[in-house]
Amino acid sequence: MSELLISRHGRVLHLALNRPQARNALNNALLTQLAEALEAAAADPEVSACVISGGQRFFAAGADLNEMAEKDLPATFDDIRPRLWARIDAFPKPLIAAVNGYALGAGCELALLCDLVVAGDNARFGVPEITLGIMPGAGGTQRLIRCVGKALASRMVLSGEAIDARRAQQAGLVSDIYPPALTDEYALKLAATIARHSPLALRAAKQALRQSQEVGLQAGLQQERQLFTLLSATEDRREGIDAFLQKRTPQFKGR
Amino acid sequence: MVEAFILSTVEQGVMTITLNRPDRLNSFNDLMHQQLAECLTQAERDDSVRCLLITGAGRGFCAGQDLNDRNVDPSGPAPDLGLSVERFYNPLVRRLAALPKPVIAAVNGVAAGAGATLALGCDIVLAARSASFVMAFSRLGLVPDCGGSWFLPRVAGRARAMGLALLGEKLSAEQAAQWGMIWQLVEDAELADTSLQLARHLAAQPTFGLGLIKQALLAAETNGLDAQLDLERDYQRMAGRSADYREGVSAFLAKRPPQFSGK
Repeated sequence: MSELLISRHGRVLHLALNRPQARNALNNALLTQLAEALEAAAADPEVSACVISGGQRFFAAGADLNEMAEKDLPATFDDIRPRLWARIDAFPKPLIAAVNGYALGAGCELALLCDLVVAGDNARFGVPEITLGIMPGAGGTQRLIRCVGKALASRMVLSGEAIDARRAQQAGLVSDIYPPALTDEYALKLAATIARHSPLALRAAKQALRQSQEVGLQAGLQQERQLFTLLSATEDRREGIDAFLQKRTPQFKGR
Repeated sequence: MVEAFILSTVEQGVMTITLNRPDRLNSFNDLMHQQLAECLTQAERDDSVRCLLITGAGRGFCAGQDLNDRNVDPSGPAPDLGLSVERFYNPLVRRLAALPKPVIAAVNGVAAGAGATLALGCDIVLAARSASFVMAFSRLGLVPDCGGSWFLPRVAGRARAMGLALLGEKLSAEQAAQWGMIWQLVEDAELADTSLQLARHLAAQPTFGLGLIKQALLAAETNGLDAQLDLERDYQRMAGRSADYREGVSAFLAKRPPQFSGK
């Protein structure tokens, strides 16, 4: 059985982490598979959005500690993991994390890297690295503080304590909460709703949202306007507006 | 030989938990809490347990926290009562509430302090005519714990909850039944049979669905209508996929009694 289960639902790609014996710990092999699957999906015009999920009881419970323990300073300096994370982060289409149970350490960082997180009401998010004498190393200190604010981010990073789904939703880490038995299903439904929209508009909108984390407001507004202008040159834009005015469902072509 | 402060048996889908320190009116000490927690772990894991029945040995149901066990020393430093609440009572209440199976309390005698709030927090409460509920906390300068301050206004209404909690007077089972705080008042001699019969009935019902009903009603205590409607949609979706729903419909169509598996 593969450690990453890949399935297609219309225009939605579903990637399910499947290392239950290791609570879906994200070792290099699994991260590599994730990166490869996402790169293939990025190039596939039939895929518009992607959902990453884990099991009912855990999304991913961290990195692989055995792998990490072997690395001394020079080896950590040369670690391949930052490049793997960068490849995953480069996925240009909407990426949704469907989180049931534990999303800890690297698992939490993977969820934070996604555009959207929906969660089962049993979900728990945390960065317990500090309890191991290390710290988050794949965005846990950067993306977390940008989405939940200083108070909660500092509390989580410095204490190592996890928060539940409700708190994560209040803080802005999670958009929707569902019963765990339905989380994947609703995530796929949400992805299907997203995937009905113009692929070019989705990419442009995602890029604009991402840039809001990178640049100041004025530069962000400028880039937003450029992306907006770019879309005006697409067939899909004409189709979208025509379909709306004619009260019919648009047929987007990705052009 | 460790003393058995909790007796438990599983029979016909019913786990009967008997609080068993009759000489101390079944009041809680740490060891009793630990033994109860072990029973709950079994109830959570064992699919063949489909209903929980909690009762007391001897003449009382439960007198709450055993003050002798808290090493009360009036001249010593202030104790941290929050510790036993956090370690024992809160997990107990949370686990009983989260248990996706019905929990029945058969209140056979006096239920005081945490014993009273524990009983009133169970899903279905039966009480013997001679039983009573005493919110004893206020008389010691304490606060209702074991879920008391949450459950009381919900089962009794705020006016009665305030009266009960602030005055700490004994409430007869009969009055509790009249006020709608419990499900049923039963003659003393019939309590054991009646409660066991009810538990066995529930243990043969669609447990998965009952668990969802319980969670839905608990969620309704804090949800707005909008969120609750969404929750009903989700739970109905899950219930509709259960084996027992299929069985219930087939049995109805075939005009035969259903055989529910609890799944």
